[in-house]
Amino acid sequence: MASLDDLKKRISSVKSTQKITKAMKMVAAAKLRKAQENAERGRPYSEKMNNIIFNLSNSISDFENAPKLLAGTGQDKVHLCVVMTADRGLCGGFNSNIIKKAKAFFQKLSNNDKELKIITVGSKGYDQLKRLYKDNIIERITFKESKNANYFDADKVGRIIIEKFEKKEFDICTIFYNQFKNVITQIPQEQQIIPLKTSEKKNETSEQNYEFEPDEDEILLNLLPKNISTQIFKAMLENSASEQGSRMSAMDNATRNAGDMVDKLTIKYNRSRQAAITKELIEIISGAESL
Amino acid sequence: MEQFNLEIISPEESILIKNDTEEVVIPAIEGYMGILKDHIPLISFLKPGIIDVKSSNENLNFYVDDGIVEFKDNTLSVLTSNIFDLKKIDKNQIDKIIKDAEEGLKKENIKDQEKYILDQKIGVLNSINPN
Repeated sequence: MASLDDLKKRISSVKSTQKITKAMKMVAAAKLRKAQENAERGRPYSEKMNNIIFNLSNSISDFENAPKLLAGTGQDKVHLCVVMTADRGLCGGFNSNIIKKAKAFFQKLSNNDKELKIITVGSKGYDQLKRLYKDNIIERITFKESKNANYFDADKVGRIIIEKFEKKEFDICTIFYNQFKNVITQIPQEQQIIPLKTSEKKNETSEQNYEFEPDEDEILLNLLPKNISTQIFKAMLENSASEQGSRMSAMDNATRNAGDMVDKLTIKYNRSRQAAITKELIEIISGAESL
Repeated sequence: MEQFNLEIISPEESILIKNDTEEVVIPAIEGYMGILKDHIPLISFLKPGIIDVKSSNENLNFYVDDGIVEFKDNTLSVLTSNIFDLKKIDKNQIDKIIKDAEEGLKKENIKDQEKYILDQKIGVLNSINPN
């Protein structure tokens, strides 16, 4: 059995761990609020962008000659997957949920004999994927230096993707990220961004006749690369809110577990202290009796 | 004068939302374009230039790098990733953008369209530079 000193040491070590997890939870809560606000503020832009593209693509009559970013290359041989994770750990299942989703998708691709290329955004994703898919990873990007998700970074990723697309390195591009639902639920998402999937439903407002200046094709050519960056940015915002939410609940759990452990250890400590006292008493009494 | 809605949105936040705009002049790719109430639905994109917003009680000026505009149901939406309020921008910032643009011009394999855009940018920025 552990000695009293050992128990004491363990209790104090668990207590200091608890302090750390509590502090991390608090920090994550503060960051979460900010990340949520950012995600909220970024929403109008991506919504409007989607709307405009939807209206534009509806007014394109000959789909054959539409820009390749919208219509695709006509093949689906080479897939590019952009796996977006965090740069830090200790956030519950956040990173592994994305990886799990991505791996399932990779499996499906290799079953169908497709070629796979991977770009990882965020260092955790690279760490987890490099063992199995080292040869498939063509680029790894991290934004450890930037504090918040910002459009500039997203644009960088977007440019890399478009550059590769123009060099015909891939046919279809899918991004993986966590969608923020609430603090305890984050849903891993896969979203195809090239070729762009416009929602099927037709609403009546899109029937309006727009005046385009210059013509539709040229606007689309200009707009679609921007839309890629916008989608990446949206994913980054969702991701950062999810990361903080996930970390917050993970650290909350950890703090609670540490509390339980301290309680258990304290009971054990008191019991063995009491046992030691009783033992000493018995020794004294039996010693006295034998006199 | 009759009024309409204006929203200027960047990916990171909504820059400006107004519902008492009277006239907006935007630097559309094929030339400056004035927008009044009941303009027909329009989609266009921007070149570097100045957005001039006139409302009943104030005039606002913004510098934009690029962007997309949509006018629909008497709402003008400007989506742009690079925008500055002319009152808040300082000289160093302008100088830096000009320098970047000039650097871009020096590249060998520059396309005609890019060159045109960068030329525009430098011209506009020099005109708003305080000195």
